[in-house]
Amino acid sequence: MMETYLSPLYISLSTVFTATVITFFTGIAAARWMARYQGQMRDFIDGILILPLVLPPTVVGLGLLMLFGKHGPVGQMLLLLGATVVFSWPATVIAATVVAFPLMYMNARGAFEQVDINVENAARTLGANEWRVFWSVTLPLAWPGVAAGAVLAFARALGEFGATLMLAGYIPGKTATIPVAIYFAVQDGDMNQALVLVVIVLFIVFASLGALAYFKSKTYKAVTV
Amino acid sequence: MDSRYAVYLSIFLLLIVFLCSGCSTSAATVNVSAGAGLTEAMSEINLLYKYQQPDVAVVANFAAAGTLQQQIENGAPADVFISPSSKHMDMLQAKHLIIENTRRDLLFNKVVLIVPGDSTLGISGFKDLTGDMVKKVAIGDPESVPVGMYAQEIFMEYGIMDALKSRLVLAGTVRQVLQYVESSNVDAGVVFMTDAKTSPDVRIVANAPDFINSKVVYPVAIIDTGKDRTAAADYQEFLFSSQAGSVFEKYGFGVIGR
Repeated sequence: MMETYLSPLYISLSTVFTATVITFFTGIAAARWMARYQGQMRDFIDGILILPLVLPPTVVGLGLLMLFGKHGPVGQMLLLLGATVVFSWPATVIAATVVAFPLMYMNARGAFEQVDINVENAARTLGANEWRVFWSVTLPLAWPGVAAGAVLAFARALGEFGATLMLAGYIPGKTATIPVAIYFAVQDGDMNQALVLVVIVLFIVFASLGALAYFKSKTYKAVTV
Repeated sequence: MDSRYAVYLSIFLLLIVFLCSGCSTSAATVNVSAGAGLTEAMSEINLLYKYQQPDVAVVANFAAAGTLQQQIENGAPADVFISPSSKHMDMLQAKHLIIENTRRDLLFNKVVLIVPGDSTLGISGFKDLTGDMVKKVAIGDPESVPVGMYAQEIFMEYGIMDALKSRLVLAGTVRQVLQYVESSNVDAGVVFMTDAKTSPDVRIVANAPDFINSKVVYPVAIIDTGKDRTAAADYQEFLFSSQAGSVFEKYGFGVIGR
């Protein structure tokens, strides 16, 4: 009996954790690059990167399905390697990552743009290389925005439903994340299971918001002192 | 024109549009809840009915029988329910949500195993699904999708349920199972014969055993909480007419008593 609750919890947590780690680094990399990029394509690239946030999840899901499906370009390539993505656990990660990425990217970019370029230049005149400037000056100064982006990305990944259902399907014990399990529990008229899963989601959300508040204040002080 | 007035004017026009969409003038409305696999047949029958009864608006709602049952239990507008399984009708009957003496069996159907048209895995029967080359098999969610429930019974009968468990992708309607197979994203699926016939991209490779097929009937009943019972009864009568029967047969359904 516990399995029906624990398996969606485990699948959701492993999916969300993986997706958050991926969006954290790719989001920061894209944000850092875009914050200083002044080329002609700026608005266009920005729009593309934010697109998954403004599109309905079903549209994202359909796009991913056409890309990763057996007849899609990426799906065909993966098939040559003997792998299929649709209806598997990695599909839940792909869906969650794609929809969560814009939140990480937008927040991190906003934070990077607020960092005074003179401070970075000062570090450069003192002989720091670009890598060191980024890790020791830019990122600490931008940290509150970056951390907020990570938490929003985490929350969005946790809540992802539409694209996940389309790309990963409903395989209990494999791709049934908490939101998907709640949806099917309600379809099946199993209100008790749905409500237990809802309580689990609330618990995760409050715990992560609490962790953020703590984490953000700690790190921020360490930087400003 | 001042742009501010343009904004006010467009808001006003939008409101008019929204208000008017609520004021339909039909004399009666029949809300029909039917299994997803009945989409094409029922749409055609509703057109025929409209021709006969121009004053009655028929609103059709297609979904998995279990979903419809949940909706009806939670008070969704429904006057007539057509279920591809006796089970979901029984559950409504147990809660006194249907008018008992209006319940009648309308159709019968067959359960089949399908594979993508270009499948090369050599699946020719239910037992082949346990083969190493078969990675994913789609069935309807057994709790809410009748054909998923039948699929589960077939797998149990052949003793392959445990072996298949981790390969089963559960879909929300029978049409989703069909779509999964059509797109080759699963290796096989279990649907009704009538669903398989709507798609040129799938192949039927096996029939369900007779003891399953003999159970597949579609009961129809009038919902107790419905608004207009006279209109609902007239509509139900039409479903059993020879005119409607020919449409059902055209889409491959078996009509009881014909």
